[in-house]
Amino acid sequence: MAQGLTLRDPTAPLPFARWLALTVAGFLAFFAVWWAAAASGLAPPQFLPSPGAVAAQFVELTHTPFVGYTLQQHLASSFGRFALGFGLAAAIGIPLGLMMGWFRALDAIVTPLFDALRFVAPIAWVPFAALWFGTGIGGPVMVIFSGAFPPCVINAYRGARFVEPRFIEAAETLGASNWRMITEVLLPSAVPSIVAGLRVSAGLGWQSLVGAELIVASSGIGYLLVRGQANISTSIVMSGMIAIGLVGFAIDIALRLVERRINRQRGR
Amino acid sequence: MAHDERRRPVWVGVATFAVLIVAWFALTTWTSTIGPGRFPSPREAFDALRQIWVQGYADARLPVHALHSAKLVLLGFVAAVGLGVPLGLAMGWSRTCEAFANPTFLLLRPIPPLAWIPLAIVWLGLGDAAKVLVIWFAAFVPAVINSYSGVRSIEPHLVEAARTLGVSRRRMVTEVLIPGALPMIFGGLRLSLQACWTTLVAAELIGAIAGLGHVLYQASLDLFPAMIVVGMVAVAVTAALMTIALDIVERRAMPWRRA
Repeated sequence: MAQGLTLRDPTAPLPFARWLALTVAGFLAFFAVWWAAAASGLAPPQFLPSPGAVAAQFVELTHTPFVGYTLQQHLASSFGRFALGFGLAAAIGIPLGLMMGWFRALDAIVTPLFDALRFVAPIAWVPFAALWFGTGIGGPVMVIFSGAFPPCVINAYRGARFVEPRFIEAAETLGASNWRMITEVLLPSAVPSIVAGLRVSAGLGWQSLVGAELIVASSGIGYLLVRGQANISTSIVMSGMIAIGLVGFAIDIALRLVERRINRQRGR
Repeated sequence: MAHDERRRPVWVGVATFAVLIVAWFALTTWTSTIGPGRFPSPREAFDALRQIWVQGYADARLPVHALHSAKLVLLGFVAAVGLGVPLGLAMGWSRTCEAFANPTFLLLRPIPPLAWIPLAIVWLGLGDAAKVLVIWFAAFVPAVINSYSGVRSIEPHLVEAARTLGVSRRRMVTEVLIPGALPMIFGGLRLSLQACWTTLVAAELIGAIAGLGHVLYQASLDLFPAMIVVGMVAVAVTAALMTIALDIVERRAMPWRRA
């Protein structure tokens, strides 16, 4: 492209300074549009608070209780439910997936059931969760479990199915029992796939938690959102959304670090 | 042991479901190990299905609820795809556009679609508009991100070859970028359709006047487990039908991929 008139290649990487300027401009544009929309008075502040007002509300929620608890306490109670549901899903799903990868009969029995249940949205379990386990801890935990369980099973299963056949043959030649085959051959080879599944599953679990708490709960971050909505306080709703986003983001970062560490140890 | 592609015998699947149905009868109708307040017997579930099909439940008959929900998902989904795919293509094509638009996505992406429901209700009330807005959010971000990665996954040689041949901007978009990005776009659409459906059911559980989520809500208020089962099955069947419809569209859109 000798002539100066031809267009620059738009796919070429940008110089760093230009990239930085555009990124900063992007951030500013986002907040400027928000601020302008709020300041123009087209929407009453009750419905569209300015970014500053939301930030102030966020800070206030961290030390003044809303519907009984501060923001941290709501988050702590949500996170407890999340940890329980996610932990159960991993503790049951990963062994199940590995065993399905090894025992053909189990695979043949469980897979059709699993395929049928997959189409039921985790949120659709909310009525039964409330009916069976109440609205305190059990109900939301069941909904989180139903969101987080499938990726655990699927990824452990896939990981176990794609083990190098040579390893299996070697272990079989050496007379490994089923138990040792699963714990010492399938599990170690499936770890990267399992960890990737855990990331997906944590994301879905956290989402399902928010859904469950919006519908049935009397504490937690989802409950804060619903109460904020009932009080028509947009700034409280938005503060809650920010908190949800931050925690979800932190969970993903944490699992990503675990994933990277494991992959590095395994020399990939 | 041959550990290659194994085939699951169909009869095992059929047998599993048969055993489950027998167990269902055994636990509820024959022995009442599980009380009717916790899980319905097959008879009760069938009666509930007949009730909602013939007389209606929660103010409408089952097909009306299902069509109502499906219509909302389709509206929000199409709007999100219509805006999200072009934006994603632009972000994939131009680094300038990417750098400028990325911060907004960084800020919005971690917020799960379900968390938009209360905001949508504050803004638009309990009617259909709030639901379409929430569904739009659920589908928009994945549509953008997948079209963006779709463009980035195109072989650079193809783009260079097209450019060397001096194709117009319009043909570059319609004949190189879109076909190249389509497989990934459809992968993303499949996931986001699922997310849309989950989000809609949640939104309808929180507050609605019609729809399958509303059926579930009403059934749990009435402590009517049989109707909850009917509602859940209806949610699953509708979701499966929509996925099948998307499969058909995908096959039409990418005839060259037909195996």
